[in-house]
Amino acid sequence: MTTTHRTTDRLAALLRPGRSRALAGFALAAVVLFAVAPLLLSPFRLSLLAKFLCLAMVAVGIGLAWGRGGLLTLGQGVYFGLGAYLMAMHLKLADAGPGGVPDFMSLYGTGEVPWWWEPLRSPVATILLIALVPALLAGLLGWAVFTRRVRGAYFAILSQALAAAFAILLIGQQQTTGGTNGLNGFRAFFGYDLTDPVNQRMLYLVAAGALLAMVLVARQLMVSRFGELLVAVRDGEDRVRFLGYDPALVKTVAYVVAAVMAAVGGALFVPVVGIISPADVGVVPSIGFLVGVAIGGRATLLGPVLGSIAVSWAQTSISEQFPSGWIYFQGALFIGVVAFLPGGLASLVRRRRRRSAARSAPPAPVTQTEGSTP
Amino acid sequence: MDILNQLFAGLSLGSVLLLAALGLALTFGQMGVINMAHGEFMMAGAYTAFVVQGVVGSAGVSLLVALPLGFLVGGVLGLVLEATLIHRMYHRPLDTLLVTWGVALVLQQVARDVFGAPNVDVTAPEWLSGAVTVGGVALPKTRLFILAVAVVCVATLALVLQATPLGRRIRAVVQHRDLAEASGISSRGTDRLTFFIGSGMAGIAGVALTLLGSIGPTLGTSYIVDAFLVVVAGGIGQIKGTVIAATALGLMQSFFEYSTTASVAKVLVFVVIVAFLQVRPQGLVTVRTRSLV
Repeated sequence: MTTTHRTTDRLAALLRPGRSRALAGFALAAVVLFAVAPLLLSPFRLSLLAKFLCLAMVAVGIGLAWGRGGLLTLGQGVYFGLGAYLMAMHLKLADAGPGGVPDFMSLYGTGEVPWWWEPLRSPVATILLIALVPALLAGLLGWAVFTRRVRGAYFAILSQALAAAFAILLIGQQQTTGGTNGLNGFRAFFGYDLTDPVNQRMLYLVAAGALLAMVLVARQLMVSRFGELLVAVRDGEDRVRFLGYDPALVKTVAYVVAAVMAAVGGALFVPVVGIISPADVGVVPSIGFLVGVAIGGRATLLGPVLGSIAVSWAQTSISEQFPSGWIYFQGALFIGVVAFLPGGLASLVRRRRRRSAARSAPPAPVTQTEGSTP
Repeated sequence: MDILNQLFAGLSLGSVLLLAALGLALTFGQMGVINMAHGEFMMAGAYTAFVVQGVVGSAGVSLLVALPLGFLVGGVLGLVLEATLIHRMYHRPLDTLLVTWGVALVLQQVARDVFGAPNVDVTAPEWLSGAVTVGGVALPKTRLFILAVAVVCVATLALVLQATPLGRRIRAVVQHRDLAEASGISSRGTDRLTFFIGSGMAGIAGVALTLLGSIGPTLGTSYIVDAFLVVVAGGIGQIKGTVIAATALGLMQSFFEYSTTASVAKVLVFVVIVAFLQVRPQGLVTVRTRSLV
């Protein structure tokens, strides 16, 4: 194949209907997030939306690992929590000033900062660690588990046990992690005063940008050869192995990507919400992340994001009015969607789209381009 | 002396884990179904003991009434769950996990609305107060009783599986579902009965837990994760693995706790299990098949 061929191929790929529709959708999302929402919403609602966007970042990763790769990970709270606690500890140390000790440490502990928190005094090191620590943990656990072909329910249970152990560890190490109360009362975010509404708006924009970037990464991964392999591993792991690929490697990469996305979501969650505690990272919230993904459509690109935002919004508005109603609602959602609509709402949309396409052009066979398989 | 103390604490914890995991191992082993509501069946068993005590009054009698009744309550809940939801999803075992989690959330909230969010207490009968001293170590009678309940449950289950027609059918379905059906076994009926027995075990576990402390709507969630770890480490298809894994986990937790702290011990146990799965990915005891692992 010559270079000219390849360029024309690329051009054709750019002009393909699926690609252009994805671009249009992306542009629309950017306009809504960056222009419409900040104009229409009050500062309080905007900051609430920023929180939802942080939770949606976790959902993007789960969509990739679970929807595409079949890895039912019930412990994303761990990676969310790692990102969040690293960021929170940096903010605490920054608030305390150079060489200072965060208030809770002198309250519960010896009044000394343990050596393993020290690197977090540096903003650059914090940002690096937020990506590296979860990636390392997910890489180690994923590699150990997947190469030994521990899969399916076994993996789900292990990931859940990890979440349980993580939350218990955080509660137990009160003098260094703040225990049940978690970490809160941050004053500044990388030098920007957190009480200033302008900076809250800036945080919202950062979260929106990060979410869009993640959706873009997830899309590129899904349409790449890796994405094809991931789906193949989900649907027939043994066949993939017989073809000469290493399913363990594919799964580990997907798991690591999901972990890093969750960690970034957690890291941004902390300045937006102002508190992180073990109650946000344990077994229950970890499974809670899955509701939105399941509702939106686990194997689609935008389903997990939209589903997650919708669920967060529903949770806020329902629990405002009926405190116990939300739990019934969440339980009913799990039962209804997973049992009776496993493809999520996206499968309804697709069914309708296919039907209308069939009606308008009955004789043409439906050929799916890579962009139109969401 | 300390060693003996830790040994007993570990065995006691192991017996509680065993009671919680026994039913899970049964349903997971036979149907591949991960029943997250199992913990809530335990909670239902515990509240059964609470209600029975309110009706009967005498603590000594109520415990003995509550044990079979707890089995029945758990079993019926399991039967309803199987008949309404789970039987539709045998081809999607991972999804049953999420559906049953939804059921668990609803059951927890029901308990909260009916019995109130604060924990309630069930009085232990008088014949279980105090302790037996063996070799200078005080063994609380309640914990000994739970140990005995666990032993009786395991023995009964083993007997049912080994020596009754029902047990033969269950083992046949576990080993090869299609072949069992071809030999005229109703796998549908067997599944239902297995689910009834497995969930009933959860009910018994719940009644037993009332002896250890006050009970609340989230009683189940605190045990379910450990119980599943027992099933994973023990391997599926045979009770033997579950018994060994539960005992080992209880002992590990207790001895790690002794040398570090409770929270670090949890993490260490998790690390040991992941390391153990490196050696035996299918768990301790497995039914050997020729399928691809």
